Amino acid sequence: MPTNGLGCARFRAWLPALAGLAVLSGTSAPAAAEPPKRVVSMNVCTDQLAILVAGEGQLHSVSYLASDPNTSVLADRAIDMTVNHGLAEEVFLMQPDLVLAGTYTTRTTVALLRRLGVRVEEFAPDSSIADIRSNILRMGEVLERRERAAELVAELDRGVTQLGEGSASHKTVATYYANSYTSGAGTLVDEIVKLSGLVNVADRLGLSGTARLPLEMLVLSKPDLVAGGGEDYGAPALAQENFVHPAYRAVAEQGRAVAVPSRYTICGAPFTLEAARLLRDAAGQAKGETR
Amino acid sequence: MSDISRYRLVLAVLAILATILFLLSLTVGPAGLGFADSIAALFSDKAGAIELIMREIRLPRALLGLMVGATLGLSGAALQGYLRNPLAEPGLIGVSASASLGAVIAIYSGLAIVFPLALPLSALAAAVLAVVVVQALAGLRGSTLTIILAGVAVSSFAGAMTSLALNLSPNPFAALEIMFWMLGSLTDRSMTHVWLALPFMLVGWAMLAALGRALDALTLGNETAASMGIDMRRVQLLAVFGTAASVGAATAVSGAIGFVGLVVPHMLRPLVGSRPSRLLPASALAGACMLLAADILVRIIAPGRDLKLGVLTAIVGAPFFLWLVYRTRRKLA
Repeated sequence: MPTNGLGCARFRAWLPALAGLAVLSGTSAPAAAEPPKRVVSMNVCTDQLAILVAGEGQLHSVSYLASDPNTSVLADRAIDMTVNHGLAEEVFLMQPDLVLAGTYTTRTTVALLRRLGVRVEEFAPDSSIADIRSNILRMGEVLERRERAAELVAELDRGVTQLGEGSASHKTVATYYANSYTSGAGTLVDEIVKLSGLVNVADRLGLSGTARLPLEMLVLSKPDLVAGGGEDYGAPALAQENFVHPAYRAVAEQGRAVAVPSRYTICGAPFTLEAARLLRDAAGQAKGETR
Repeated sequence: MSDISRYRLVLAVLAILATILFLLSLTVGPAGLGFADSIAALFSDKAGAIELIMREIRLPRALLGLMVGATLGLSGAALQGYLRNPLAEPGLIGVSASASLGAVIAIYSGLAIVFPLALPLSALAAAVLAVVVVQALAGLRGSTLTIILAGVAVSSFAGAMTSLALNLSPNPFAALEIMFWMLGSLTDRSMTHVWLALPFMLVGWAMLAALGRALDALTLGNETAASMGIDMRRVQLLAVFGTAASVGAATAVSGAIGFVGLVVPHMLRPLVGSRPSRLLPASALAGACMLLAADILVRIIAPGRDLKLGVLTAIVGAPFFLWLVYRTRRKLA
């Protein structure tokens, strides 16, 4: 476990560097002068950033996940768009002048599209508010929509300031997802928890990155709040059986379960702060002494 | 030492070992509770965190380890006696994989939420089907080879259908759970699972235990057994439904765990002799020991990784299986 944590931390430390490299390559692209007119996005996070930043008719297609309300906040805005599944063939046939992709998914598709001469811009996942800010600005650069991007960043910064003005409750919260996973140090969720004035239990336990939080440890840490996903995928899976386990229910009763839908934190955008607001409000309502 | 006293000694040693492993299983876990504290918490009236962990997380896990292990050991011994085949085992003849498929259909269709008993019942039905199909393919006096081949066919088919059902589920987590259904795990099972599986296992155990005398007679051959007043149809009924009920229930709550039923009877035969009536209770105890030990090891080797039980049992079982195949081949040659 410790080695895993270290590996994760090192990996997290690399992320900003990777993002930086990508920014450099993005700005040095020769096509930067003229705004792209037919943009295809293959990743649910670039989908949502592009929906927020792009001008009228600029964004041609988004991934199939963009219209799934469990993963995408902007699902209702993605519903009328052409859908892609991140396959090279379908994306190439759309004749895009710019393809947006994440740095972790659809790797083979990205390589193939580049060989075919398509301009591909990759975006690293956000692991902090600072990452969100730089990804929004970069989306503004590649789409030639710098003003709109600046507006979004201003909205983000206003939200962060407002959250900072509220008094910190210092209540403890455990994030607990399907398959007993939690968000530890160095994750976007961890920063969101801190913004909401709460203390992340996973941090206290020394977990970093997205790690397993055994049910026993959740019970033992006696959190004031338990923040779960509460997603309904329309079909059951064992992964979500941890939410009906009697031990979990006992903790959720004592510690009050808060539904913080993971669609807010899967991708970084101004809407991510909604997760912090949900947490802060829940902490305000929760009775019980502060620690 | 006489035969019978050695048999009793083996049973006593296995019972003590099972008790020790059961207690160990109760005290191993990520929360790192002290031995005395945790055992005391099991019996205290308080409702604190430690009590919750012990009663709702560790107790069901240890109980299921005991129950599932006993089921696999017992059914392995019973199947080897009934089919008169040293390689018979619920995992190898496709019963576990089919029970998995039954459980998967019940869970992922949502049926098990509306009607909880649908889970063990559906696993049981699929397990019965598997035994019947294997028997039909191999014939009542099927050779070692035909039974194993039929088992491979049934296993692969059930495994493929399980994967298909999980891949088609709209839930994004379902496809990842193929591993659980093929390799088995006891992580974070609850008392609900214990109560769901226990009645079916008890019925199955009773049916298999009732086979003892008949299996003893069967070692002398079908005709001799029949002349001794053994009702072959009753034997078949008990063996098929006993295995299906107990293994079906076990698989429904813990996934398919292989090789326990194969290894355990073979290890015990030199100790208790090859009389099935003696092998049955000894195999049940030893099966429980093996599964509890495996479940303790997965928590020690890779805490926080949720290593599957079937990985450990296969590491021990697969080489053993190869050795058995090799030995069987030499005998035939």
